[in-house]
Amino acid sequence: MELSNAMVEVPLHRVAHSRAGDKGNRVNLSLMPYDPELYPLLAEQVTEERVLALFRHRGATRCRRYDLPLIHAFNFVIDDALEGGVNGALNLDGHGKSHSFRLLSLTVRVPAAG
Amino acid sequence: MNDLFLVGNASGFSGDRVDAAAPVVRTLVRRGLPAALFFECLAERTIALAQIEKRRDPEAGYEPMLERLLEPVLAECARAGIPILGNFGAANPMAAARCVARLARRLGLPELRIGVVTGDDVSASVDLDALPVHEADAGLDMSAWTLVSANAYIGAAPLAQALGQGAQVVVAGRTSDPSLAVAPLMHHFGWAEDDWRNLAVGAACGHLLECGSQLTGGVFWDPGFKDIPDPANIGFPIAEVGGDGSLLVTKAEQTGGLVDLRSVKEQLLYELHDPAAYLTPDVVMDVSGVTMEQAGEDRVALHGVQGHMRPERLKVTACYEGSWLGEGEVSVAGPNALARARATAEVLLQRVRQRGLARRARADLIGVSAVHDSDDGALWRAYDGPEPPDIRIRLAVEATSRDDADQAAREVLAMLCCGTAGSSGARWRVTPRILTRSFLVPREMVPTEVTVREARLWN
Repeated sequence: MELSNAMVEVPLHRVAHSRAGDKGNRVNLSLMPYDPELYPLLAEQVTEERVLALFRHRGATRCRRYDLPLIHAFNFVIDDALEGGVNGALNLDGHGKSHSFRLLSLTVRVPAAG
Repeated sequence: MNDLFLVGNASGFSGDRVDAAAPVVRTLVRRGLPAALFFECLAERTIALAQIEKRRDPEAGYEPMLERLLEPVLAECARAGIPILGNFGAANPMAAARCVARLARRLGLPELRIGVVTGDDVSASVDLDALPVHEADAGLDMSAWTLVSANAYIGAAPLAQALGQGAQVVVAGRTSDPSLAVAPLMHHFGWAEDDWRNLAVGAACGHLLECGSQLTGGVFWDPGFKDIPDPANIGFPIAEVGGDGSLLVTKAEQTGGLVDLRSVKEQLLYELHDPAAYLTPDVVMDVSGVTMEQAGEDRVALHGVQGHMRPERLKVTACYEGSWLGEGEVSVAGPNALARARATAEVLLQRVRQRGLARRARADLIGVSAVHDSDDGALWRAYDGPEPPDIRIRLAVEATSRDDADQAAREVLAMLCCGTAGSSGARWRVTPRILTRSFLVPREMVPTEVTVREARLWN
């Protein structure tokens, strides 16, 4: 059997799931591929720099990624992404709970299904 | 497998579904194992809002849904020997205990033992100005702000002590959320206060359960990608904890929702920063080496939770009042909606600026870009996608007086006549803003007190 090495670009949402949590002006975003085999590929492509860039327009200053390879999960912690947080922010989503889906809109290159 | 203790949760925040408890209690009773039930009702600033209520009415300031939450299960829990714990005391645990006592008497349970844990309120006893600030809302000059509340996140020990004195309901104010689950485990298994490994298992149990349905399908379901059964009736979570430190999570029987590896991973990492160091007053929980397995339908077992010595200091969160949030919304729809929406947003911002009403102002174009946007509207200003059929323009301001906030918010109303063609559906509101700061205090500055009395004696 010949393995195809064709890659396609897809939104993370197609291959992974995420949940956002907040503490003050800091948001954390978990990220888990549905297929554990994609874990190394996400580790390579979903970098701290790329995730920080998603929140630059909100004034985010720092992104740190914690890897949990035993459960095929990542935890991104982004500082100053909530415009003050649940109490200080004027925006509608002071808790930042919708930001998991901002992360999931990032694109990654994965093997074409087949 | 023997020596299991079950912990059920029936509320993940103040505002959760009030009919969650009955299926959890039914399941706990059917299982016939020793068990406890807890309600988590206290977000960071809920206690400040409760404090404001208490100022208005000395018998108020606790969870407003308390009676509604407890009535369906109180008698059954008392009969089955399932203690109930909750931070539903909020800013007024004593008044909450009196409320539970009235309910118990009405249900024919005058002997019900109700325990109260106090001491979390340090607003009068600790000089916050003398303490270093731990976390603060960004960039705030708080010189003009007034302290509303200051509460320490107390740990499980005083709650366990109340259980030790026979309390069947334990009413607390601010506690660390996981401690509500750690306490009955400490009490049941006799864990020592420095048994870090077991306490960490308890903290993991509490952490996974404290947001209720978030473990069992809530905040999880994503139609077509992560579907769950019967989302209108999600079952709340139950943990099975073993005396050997085993941990398995499941949910109330015959309910909707699900418990699988995906939902458990999401909740394990929820509001967590360094997975190796999740700080609670009882223990530092370390889940960096956790593994999990699906152990049956809606059953997930976790292994490898580690514990480290608890922090020396307790976190105190102080809430301040001193400014107002004004919000207003108005809609446009149909051809050229995008241009009309942009123009409306610009004019609203100009009006607020021109009248000098706000310290900060922001506009959102709901339907184009809102929750992911920034205060300066970077995303909706740059938007070049297709025109949405229906857009709601939202103005939000921070003002120093209620009147300024109200005047600013009412600018959306004026758009019904002065606005772009077809502007409609204006709504506005004004709310007080509560800001928070947290401090770290030495434990000895936060003495706690436990009072346990029968319902007939709480007056």
